[in-house]
Amino acid sequence: MTVTEPAAPAAEAARRVVLEAAGVTMRFGGLTAVDDVSMQVREGEIVGLIGPNGAGKTTFFNCLTGMYIPTEGRVTLGGETLPPKPLKVVRAGMARTFQNIRLFANMTSLENVMVGRYCRTSSMALTSILRGPKFRREEAATRERAQELLDYVGLADSAEILARNLPYGDQRRLEIARALATDPQILLLDEPTAGMNPKETEETMHLIFKIRDSGMAVVVIEHDMRFIFNLCDRVLCLVRGTVLIEGSPGEVQSDHRVIEAYIGGDDDEEEDA
Amino acid sequence: MEFAQQLVNGLTLGSLYALIAVGYTVVYGIIQLINFAHGEIFMIGAFGALSTWLVFFNGNTSVWVLPIMIIGAIASSVIVAVLMERVAYRPLRSAPRLAPLITAIGISVFLQELVRLGYNNPLLFLSTWNPFDFPSAKQKVPFPQIDVVTGAAFNVGGVVIQRSTIFTIGALIICAAGLFYFVSRTRTGRAMQAVSQDPDTARLMGINVDRIIIVAFVIGATLAAVAGVAQGLQITNINFKMGFLAGLKAFTAAVLGGIGNVWGAVLGGLTLGLVESMAVQFIPGTFGGSPWKDVWAFAILILVLVFRPQGLLGAKVVDRA
Repeated sequence: MTVTEPAAPAAEAARRVVLEAAGVTMRFGGLTAVDDVSMQVREGEIVGLIGPNGAGKTTFFNCLTGMYIPTEGRVTLGGETLPPKPLKVVRAGMARTFQNIRLFANMTSLENVMVGRYCRTSSMALTSILRGPKFRREEAATRERAQELLDYVGLADSAEILARNLPYGDQRRLEIARALATDPQILLLDEPTAGMNPKETEETMHLIFKIRDSGMAVVVIEHDMRFIFNLCDRVLCLVRGTVLIEGSPGEVQSDHRVIEAYIGGDDDEEEDA
Repeated sequence: MEFAQQLVNGLTLGSLYALIAVGYTVVYGIIQLINFAHGEIFMIGAFGALSTWLVFFNGNTSVWVLPIMIIGAIASSVIVAVLMERVAYRPLRSAPRLAPLITAIGISVFLQELVRLGYNNPLLFLSTWNPFDFPSAKQKVPFPQIDVVTGAAFNVGGVVIQRSTIFTIGALIICAAGLFYFVSRTRTGRAMQAVSQDPDTARLMGINVDRIIIVAFVIGATLAAVAGVAQGLQITNINFKMGFLAGLKAFTAAVLGGIGNVWGAVLGGLTLGLVESMAVQFIPGTFGGSPWKDVWAFAILILVLVFRPQGLLGAKVVDRA
């Protein structure tokens, strides 16, 4: 079960809980990939999710975003139970990025972000054809907002470049911009710095701080321990589908069970995804 | 001179193929289904136009009737295509790919027979009720010859240009421009691109994939309906089987251009039309002439599948992670 929350600063306790997962369990046939995981994320908080490969981090993410329907347990966003359909989850205010980048490769950066605006705009196929004034206004607003978001993540000059031609680090940032375009309350990042060099990692960290400071809640899965312990306000360590420990970076870092799970476990666990 | 004449003929035929081919390719691009019933959507468009004319304007061949006929054609094609998607394809969305393919062939036969038996007899065996006195579709049905777009051909320096040719090529240009605008400049068009590249991620962007699939069928049906009217004006009659061969040719065109690629379908259609016309004119001896034109068309399909399976412009590569 969940280890009790550490003594958080008083201000943090008063913040609104954005995302709450209660007893989430996911079974695939006989395999229990996620076993009774509970988590709370508050506004303006960065929560890290760590664990050896195969610990169920990504499966847990998929349960949160409605890609999988959890076998047991409940996920609530802003107090309301999440509908188990990705397209409704995003409308409710949750956005994510992927471990293996999943951009629309043959669209430009700007178009990718504009697709992210889809769920916040409403013009229908017919009005688009008839080009009503509302459509033109909305289209212009979408384009403008998408460009703003590209500026925000530092891709202002890459707007017209096809996503597949962007350098790797930029693709990761574009995914974040596209996720932000859905106006989320909470952002879920699945290994945002995988494959990045130290400088790009550093930039990503600042970007995530900037997003956090705008009041959004952020959940990060990451293998890079230094990154996660510098970034997060709170860290959850998953091992074999269950929560091993939850606490401040300092607490988790020094917990011998965490060290054991990573180093003392099977020797095939050191390769990164 | 002969070359110029065949160029005109080929472009006319090619425009028709292109208009139909877009329907194959758009649907394939989104759900990787080869909708073999699409040729019947084209046939139903032609019958929809004829029905509109018989109901509202019987005997009137003024040019202002034409837009209303086209609307009637589009309406009937779109309704049938959307029903087809809803009733036959959506329940099979997660079935193995062979199941919807065979279903498509079944629907194709069903729609042909429905028109053949039911056009002048909509209640089939229940009664012989036929309020608008529709002709029997068991034989060829004459298609209304509208002023301005049919009639005396133009002769430009010895090259005969039929009025229906201008209508057909013009229709392709307008439809292609509209399609370009829709796909690249509108919210729904962008969502369509997104779904065709990665449906799961598109869903996570809040895109209703089911709705986008319907949009794809509607676009295909609209263009096929326009093609149906163009065909009626050119050949002056229509019949319940007209969708079969036209559908196969358009499918060839879509593969030729790279199935899943909208511009490939347009290019493939025009290329196929030109090849057919040129083969009829310039291949001498036994293998020349119009009896062999279908052979050349499908020989191209085989050559493309062997030597460049991705088509001229490259197909959408289906990768499922």
